[in-house]
Amino acid sequence: MIPTSHYLFLSLGLFTIGVIGVVTRRNVIVILMSIELMLNAVNINLVAFSRLVGSVEGHVFAIFIITDAAAEAAVGLGIIIAFFRNRETLLGDEMDLLKW
Amino acid sequence: MLDQIVFYFFAVLAVISAVMVVTRRNVVQSAIFLITALLATAGIFLQLHAEFLFIVQVILYAGGIMVLFVFVIMLVSLDVSLNQVQFNRQWWLGLLLALVLGAQLTIAVAVGRAGLPLGEPAPAKMLEPSTQLVGRVLFSEYVLPFEIASILLLVAMIGAVVMAKKKI
Repeated sequence: MIPTSHYLFLSLGLFTIGVIGVVTRRNVIVILMSIELMLNAVNINLVAFSRLVGSVEGHVFAIFIITDAAAEAAVGLGIIIAFFRNRETLLGDEMDLLKW
Repeated sequence: MLDQIVFYFFAVLAVISAVMVVTRRNVVQSAIFLITALLATAGIFLQLHAEFLFIVQVILYAGGIMVLFVFVIMLVSLDVSLNQVQFNRQWWLGLLLALVLGAQLTIAVAVGRAGLPLGEPAPAKMLEPSTQLVGRVLFSEYVLPFEIASILLLVAMIGAVVMAKKKI
């Protein structure tokens, strides 16, 4: 039997790695991938608590999060294509059209 | 015993591949390691008796979303970004803040787990026909969120098509 806190530790480790990826990398595609990692870490939490209390509601919420991740990936990659077409670069710190 | 071997194997695999995703210079390698991380998470779902989520994770994440990523990597040119600096100018500040966040979360769980009801998990047979139970809950209590999710997917589809158009 694995204590539920170990799942929480795994989840927060993955979440922290995802945050590090979002705040330190310059490549926009890697930033999107790090966001997927963070969403995935949250799913582990939900399923672990679901197992703890013996109900499937956590699974349902995890399905909604996966739906959300799919929508986010589709729109985000569309934005990346539009950005690349206009600026010929993939660097996140070049995205400064709305800054003054 | 087997349970623990499976869990710790997949946990270590997920953490190592997540670190690889963040640190690799080549985006294609990052994508491959992201697939490994997602499949390791799928293994943890299976170990937690979430069979339906396991198969959704494999088909939708590792199959669908990753194909989308690899496709976009193929469309945008790669060799330019290989020679650029991969981390932004204030990476040390971001790394520091992220590590502070991680330390806070770790302390919160480590200190708080004594007070939380994290005891013995419920018997596994309460989740037994997992797919049927998920379907029943999804289509009875959560019908409205389910329909809203379908509208969200429609909006995302239209948004992706509009964004990827030749001229916005």
